[in-house]
Amino acid sequence: MAGITGKDATLTAYADALASGAPKGRSLTQDAFRRLIGNKAALVSIFVFLVIMIIAYAGPYFLPWAYDKIDWAGIRKPPDWAKGHYLGTDQNGRDMLARTFQGTQMSLLVAFVATTVSVVIGVIYGAIAGYFGGRVDAVMMRFVDIMYALPYMLFVIILVVIFGRSPVLLFVGIGCLEWLTMARIVRGQTLSLKQREFIEAAKAGGAGPFAIIFRHIVPNLTGPVVIYATLTIPEIIITESFLSYLGLGVQEPQTSLGTLISFGAPVVEALPWMLYTPAFFLVVMLLSLSFIGDGLRDALDPKDR
Amino acid sequence: MANVLVVDDLDVTFSLHQSEVKAVSDLNFTLSEGETLAVVGESGSGKSQAFLSIMGLLAKNGKASGRAMLGDTNLIGMAPGALDAYRGKDIAMIFQDPMTSLNPTLKVKTQLAEVLVRHQGYTLEKAVRTTIEMLERVGIPEPVKRANAYPHELSGGMRQRVMIAMALLCKPKVLIADEPTTALDVTVQAQMLDLFKNLSNEFGTALVLITHDLGVVAGVADRMMVMYGGRCVEQGPTDNLFYDPRHPYTLGLLHSTPHVAKRARRLDPIQGLPPSLEHLPSGCAFHPRCAFRFDRCFTERPPLLPVEDVREKACWYQGELNYEEVA
Amino acid sequence: MQTLPADSRSDDLIKVENLSKYFSVSSGLFSKPFQLKALQDISFTVKRGETLGIVGESGCGKSTLGRCILQLLTPDDGRVLWMGQDIAALPPEEMRKHRKDLQIIFQDPLASLNPRMTVGEIIADPLKTLMPELKAKERRDRVIRIMEAVGLLPEMINRYPHEFSGGQAQRIGIARALITEPKLIVCDEPVSALDVSIQAQILNLLADLKDQFGLTLIFISHNLSVVRHVSDRIMVLYLGRIVELANGDDLYDDPKHPYTRALLTAVPIPDPRRARQRTIDGLVGEIPSPINPPSGCTFRTRCRYALPICAQQRPPLESTGTRMIACHRWQELELKPGA
Repeated sequence: MAGITGKDATLTAYADALASGAPKGRSLTQDAFRRLIGNKAALVSIFVFLVIMIIAYAGPYFLPWAYDKIDWAGIRKPPDWAKGHYLGTDQNGRDMLARTFQGTQMSLLVAFVATTVSVVIGVIYGAIAGYFGGRVDAVMMRFVDIMYALPYMLFVIILVVIFGRSPVLLFVGIGCLEWLTMARIVRGQTLSLKQREFIEAAKAGGAGPFAIIFRHIVPNLTGPVVIYATLTIPEIIITESFLSYLGLGVQEPQTSLGTLISFGAPVVEALPWMLYTPAFFLVVMLLSLSFIGDGLRDALDPKDR
Repeated sequence: MANVLVVDDLDVTFSLHQSEVKAVSDLNFTLSEGETLAVVGESGSGKSQAFLSIMGLLAKNGKASGRAMLGDTNLIGMAPGALDAYRGKDIAMIFQDPMTSLNPTLKVKTQLAEVLVRHQGYTLEKAVRTTIEMLERVGIPEPVKRANAYPHELSGGMRQRVMIAMALLCKPKVLIADEPTTALDVTVQAQMLDLFKNLSNEFGTALVLITHDLGVVAGVADRMMVMYGGRCVEQGPTDNLFYDPRHPYTLGLLHSTPHVAKRARRLDPIQGLPPSLEHLPSGCAFHPRCAFRFDRCFTERPPLLPVEDVREKACWYQGELNYEEVA
Repeated sequence: MQTLPADSRSDDLIKVENLSKYFSVSSGLFSKPFQLKALQDISFTVKRGETLGIVGESGCGKSTLGRCILQLLTPDDGRVLWMGQDIAALPPEEMRKHRKDLQIIFQDPLASLNPRMTVGEIIADPLKTLMPELKAKERRDRVIRIMEAVGLLPEMINRYPHEFSGGQAQRIGIARALITEPKLIVCDEPVSALDVSIQAQILNLLADLKDQFGLTLIFISHNLSVVRHVSDRIMVLYLGRIVELANGDDLYDDPKHPYTRALLTAVPIPDPRRARQRTIDGLVGEIPSPINPPSGCTFRTRCRYALPICAQQRPPLESTGTRMIACHRWQELELKPGA
């Protein structure tokens, strides 16, 4: 290669300078980010969601009552600002606001961990099935189909029976079930991506299947994966709430939004604050996630290209 | 020869998120009955947008101003409802990709008959009969069978003929064809161009052929208009422009086109890239790429001025366009 | 510059023998799939240092042929002799050893570049896989050198494909194909998606790079004018078979196959007087489907000179010195354009 343009020394020096100095390009991610920020509804929703997260984690430090502290004098009391129970107490005398914060933390944790698990497993599984195609794909996807067909609750119950009611298990369990849809989506995207010319170009460049999958296909899946992940978080929170409602979720004294709602619903007429507080947080989070998901979809799939 | 379409001062502007872009500026031309006008240009020249605006098919963020007189009516600025009375009837347009222009869920005869029912008030039977006649006239073999088919069952060339048939059903005065043969095989393209050549004889239709392929222009067009950066830079009879181009861009295009009969050692491409419409160069838009430029070209935009009666050009350079100088 | 290997006994860089490629097209749940015969019995050689043009219309199999040569598609039959070795059915690990000498440039510049990688990463990619012994700094040096050679500003190294125009993006594709210093490059419609003035720039660039790097090119295009301009010899394909192969000048001045003649007269010529004078050969009808090609000579359904023998027997591909021709009547027909 030396000597082609006759400017070797200059070029090497130039190359060294470039290592630090070449202007950064405008990646697709940056473009998408710009578009997302420009979407007012999404921007507000991101803000709201972040506020809720901050309140949920920082809030307990500002409250006089811890979430598991029993106030024997204040059982089933409505909101009483003098006593420090800003949103009332529950049937065991524990502060509602504190419990709601803790519940929100738990729901968020479950949601993010489960989403991460499902994304990681789903993307790898779906990309491999989609890329290799043929029998590999058929077998892998039939497995997914079977998993879909099996009763979900049965699995959860079995897991709970074997491992006990630990929150970690809950995350993993939900994640292990959510990856199925992610795998299907990723497989579909991979099928269309692998027809694109830059994949052929990579093959011509000698790249093997796994190099292609991880260097070329997976990075181009970000769009649908991010969108779907954002839209699964609400689903996961609801699933967790449902499991907790059935008594299969988090253990006392820890709680989650679902558990709180499950306790609050039967007594809503007598002790409305027990339902409204966690419900409010849940609804606001789900709504904002919806808008963020919408915004992401618009940002990542612009038609004006 | 009467004029069927007279365009004056046509401007097309698009509003983007932070700026306004002028896709077409000060376009003026006339189209006579039965003549074929080729509109030549590359990406960003504005050739498609100008005619989309005449047909009222601009994107939502586009706005046109000026006049496009079809007879006594100005098509620019007309409400879509009012335009419908003319579109498909007196003035029609066909596009590059017939597959996306035809409805894949309707049979060919249904789509074509619909045009006649709507515009000419035919009964369905009469419309279908006329449709089949028209399919035959545009050279589709076994027209009845084809009419009963769905678009995806036909080949590319066939679909393009169906588009032409659909456009010609109401015997329009003007047919605008936007890159109609670019997606076709060369032998099919040749048949299509033959069809275009006969259009004015058989149907009396004036044809506007938008293309970037000078070979296509040479075979079919009576007159030619070259566009660059949203403006017309040269127009006149085809022969004049091919054998005696007066604008450096036209000269450059001619020398960039490989000729199957001659094998030159190197082509003489026009240096540089087509301009971005958002940042048009000052003065003459072509000056950064022009081998004949001088100081005036940097600062003042040359107007479109007549040259020898039948043609016009927009260029300050008045000397000979000597081919060797470009190399 | 390239140095020729000491043992290059012949002038032939690549020799294709009886190459065939079929695709299965399913036609519903219960019927047997059709076989689409994309390529049948293709045999030709490419000499070192030449540009072989491959031209044909839809369904002729030219793109499939380009990919079969590079083993991006596996041929169903036949051999591809590269430097004496048959690479036609090599397993991927074996083929990888040859890939640095065999590269490809694609038609759609933006589709052939990974939108999430920077220009530098895209160009360096083959280097990483095929020459892993290079260090990062050496790789980067090569990338910059090649960018300069193809006319790209090295500062653009961190930019993304969508920030480039079509012509520039194609230069990136060319840079990527050149970075391993290949001996042969298959160019699959490299200028078809570009504006006319940019096409000319890229064609000139390819001609310059060919001289500079001592390349051999296989140039695939449907545009006969472009193919004529760049090629030394031209091969005409129709429905998966070779109909004629000859020097560019010979092919144009003295076509021996009716299809070649039809193509030549159909090509639009940017010269109004000549365009008015010529008579198109009037090919009837459209290209038949490759699933069910006509018997005997596949071209006979559109050929003015067809005789009964054309339906019964497939014309063999005959060689006379510099020319190959598959037509029963080639010796008797007078086909010069303008005749």
